[in-house]
Amino acid sequence: MEKRVRFDSQVLPWMLVAPQLAICAVFFFWPAAQALLQSMQVQDSFGLSTEWVGLENFKTLFNDSAYLESFKVTAVFSLLVAVLGIALSLMLAIFADRIVRGALFYKTMLIIPYAVAPVVTGVLWVFMFSPSIGVVAYGLDHVFGFQWNHLLNSTHAMTMIVTAAVWKQISYNFLFFLAGLQSIPKSLIEAAAIDGARPWRRFWTIQFPLLSPTTFFLLVINMVYAFFDTFAIIDATTHGGPGRDTAILVYKVYQDGFKGGDLGGSAAQSTVLMLIVITLTVLQFRYVEKKVQY
Amino acid sequence: MVERRSTLGILAHAVMILGVLIVAFPLYIAFIASTHTSQAILQVPMPMSPGGHFWENYLAALNGHGGGAGSNAPVARMMWVSLVTALVITFGKIAISLLSAFALVYFRFPLRGLVFWAIFVTLMLPVEVRISPTYKVVSDLGMLNTYAGLTVPLIASATATFLFRQFFLTVPDELVEAARIDGAGPMRFFKDILLPLSKTSIAALFVIQFIYGWNQYLWPLIATTGEQMYPVVVGIRMMIAGGDSGNEWNIVMATAILAMLPPAIVVILMQRWFVKGLVDTEK
Amino acid sequence: MAAISLKNVVKRYGIGPKANQVIHGVNAEIGDGEFIVIVGPSGCGKSTLLRMVAGLEEVSGGEISIGGRVVNDVEPSERDIAMVFQNYALYPHMSVFDNMAYGLKIAKVPVADIKTRVDKAAKILELGALLQRKPRELSGGQRQRVAMGRAIVRQPQVFLFDEPLSNLDAKLRGQTRLEIRKLHAELGVTSLFVTHDQVEAMTLAQRMIVMNAGHMEQIGTPEEVYARPATTFVASFIGSPPMNLLTGRAQGTRFAFGGADLPLPAAAPRDGELILGVRPEHLGHASVAHDGGWPLTIEMVEMLGAERLVHGRIADHGFTLRIDGTLVPPAPGSTLHLKPSADHLHWFDAATGKRVVA
Repeated sequence: MEKRVRFDSQVLPWMLVAPQLAICAVFFFWPAAQALLQSMQVQDSFGLSTEWVGLENFKTLFNDSAYLESFKVTAVFSLLVAVLGIALSLMLAIFADRIVRGALFYKTMLIIPYAVAPVVTGVLWVFMFSPSIGVVAYGLDHVFGFQWNHLLNSTHAMTMIVTAAVWKQISYNFLFFLAGLQSIPKSLIEAAAIDGARPWRRFWTIQFPLLSPTTFFLLVINMVYAFFDTFAIIDATTHGGPGRDTAILVYKVYQDGFKGGDLGGSAAQSTVLMLIVITLTVLQFRYVEKKVQY
Repeated sequence: MVERRSTLGILAHAVMILGVLIVAFPLYIAFIASTHTSQAILQVPMPMSPGGHFWENYLAALNGHGGGAGSNAPVARMMWVSLVTALVITFGKIAISLLSAFALVYFRFPLRGLVFWAIFVTLMLPVEVRISPTYKVVSDLGMLNTYAGLTVPLIASATATFLFRQFFLTVPDELVEAARIDGAGPMRFFKDILLPLSKTSIAALFVIQFIYGWNQYLWPLIATTGEQMYPVVVGIRMMIAGGDSGNEWNIVMATAILAMLPPAIVVILMQRWFVKGLVDTEK
Repeated sequence: MAAISLKNVVKRYGIGPKANQVIHGVNAEIGDGEFIVIVGPSGCGKSTLLRMVAGLEEVSGGEISIGGRVVNDVEPSERDIAMVFQNYALYPHMSVFDNMAYGLKIAKVPVADIKTRVDKAAKILELGALLQRKPRELSGGQRQRVAMGRAIVRQPQVFLFDEPLSNLDAKLRGQTRLEIRKLHAELGVTSLFVTHDQVEAMTLAQRMIVMNAGHMEQIGTPEEVYARPATTFVASFIGSPPMNLLTGRAQGTRFAFGGADLPLPAAAPRDGELILGVRPEHLGHASVAHDGGWPLTIEMVEMLGAERLVHGRIADHGFTLRIDGTLVPPAPGSTLHLKPSADHLHWFDAATGKRVVA
């Protein structure tokens, strides 16, 4: 899209973009270039000498079972978060769409998780799910006889971070689905009703297909969210454990780079992450452009 | 609405109430815990109704007088750091993005396409992907443990720029032409006409960026080494380092509530703009 | 096909003392196979009435029956009706064929029968070549026909049309009007057609319901409504250019209004405060004064091709006369002397606006 009307100045525009470009250059491009560079180097343990190794780090990475494990964990985690988050929010949005009375109250309550920091969510979860003092752990024990311990059991740990991440994303997904549902012309629903379709059928044959751009969009957004924004949740709850069973890729970058001191390997991991994000973002933009205009 | 069967209406409310319960449960637990003594909480199961130690706990948290095994930094100080950081990031981002979007839309200059893509690419470089080298840059510039270090690296990402760009594209061309005929130069047009029209977008972005800035975790974690520059979200993480029984959970929960309060207030008060802005951002 | 019965139908929004009543007691008996047009200005309640028949709005009072069955509490999906919406409401993600087949699939009609019915409707509406296209690839007129096709294949008891021609350009509107008439002649399904355009109403209706501000002013054939309007509203709404209405006092064969005293070719049904109505096309004229003539001072003449509209004043009250287009147009400022005829005077009560008969 282009504006046909423009101002003529040649100097002014550069002055206007200067702040953003400057910060981008210093804090985005330069570090990103550094990361790329570092990913192809190896430093000795004192950081005194660096050696160019090309794609060695990457080869090591992909032969490292711990890294591949992390890949698997991340894939499972992000799929669970995306699918569960979308399903839950969609259900809430469908029913919210039908409600007139109390709509504002429900909406207000449902957007609160957006305001809660991921790390605070993690802290709340640690508190509720603590095997020794947590109310949820207690409830599971006394009502179901189920022993919860995310410190020892990987499935419990994964469940914990998935539920925390999904809880936090409810607001975002809900708002988008609600907007999507409300953008479907009411006359379509009425026409379907007159054609004999009951609510359940109307949802699956009319509303859900027309929501598909929104659903796809949220799928990508939720996966990117699960890749990155959940760092704080993991750092507050499982620290990647037990063992390495909840060490998603971005957490591993942090562990290896900042705690472990392996700059080269960490940088290589960062580069791989960068590529994944780029792929997901490009996918999303291409699809959104092809989005059907009704 | 079609379908007047009351069963569907009741089901709808039931589902919504279930949703609200899911959302409210952790917050309720946190609030209850923040009003009891530490011992009361450690005794499983913890009580389900508010206790009488509200002021005691919150004051202890704010002043850093908790006795837990983890960090005991004063929350008041951390809230201040969070507030300054969030506001600087918010206003900074909005200002920079307004200017960039204005330049991208209303001027034709060489390499404009390149500038656009350069900014776009930053969308795909979240801080988690470049933490080590960005840390090094900030460290080399001597910006560690400063407000500048906490805010400047986060100020220039592309989401705000694209939102404004998209909005500017919908402003009718006739307004620019009328302004030119009236003798207004570009900055005049920007200040007197474009900005007032952008009020809703700015309000929406204010909410989104404030929350973004307030909830930043990984970057402040790395860019600060001392308690006095911790934002409250980092501080609270440090507080639970003492293990389940070593922490003073009542203080921790009080801190959690305090940490949630400002963003929640902003979101609730500016709800309408926020919802509109969030949905429009991505379209 | 079925008869529709509207008994004292009322629509209210809100409850209690602050409720807003928008439809005040509509009564009508519509026969099996009739084509009824509900016509009136924007906001008169015609669409609301239609939607109540469809089941898309709740009935606040009174009864609506379709085919002898009271349907107040029956869901739209169970009323066996089909509706054509103003904006067509075609399912954007389905092909034309699937749009038309949707209702039949739900009714569990066998696949072969679905194809037969859709093909037949497509033939009638000339949609055969478009069956695999999506709505966004069609023009406005084509979409409108798909909307009608969707209604036809259902073979319902009643067709409901909600201003279906409003979004078409003028030429297409005229063509589609004829097609709808042909369709009704062929299929004979009871139909309710809502429009704000009185020309559409006059050309399509077997009978029409004229509505104003939630009241049913008159129900009758186009001839009846044109020749014997029941209220001043109907008189001025139906017919173009609108009927001239003069408020004054009648006494025998004289009518006093606005300082003028007009002779009447026949006595008013009663003396007193009345509104006199005469259509612009129902007056003769002469350039010389004569007994029983009404003096019209001409202000402006509009040329419309087959006819001319002469706008002027009778004793300072605006008045319009229609004359044949081949006649020499009178000059502004001059006076024409109008010749009213006894058969074409309409009398209405000045207070209620209702028609007065002897």
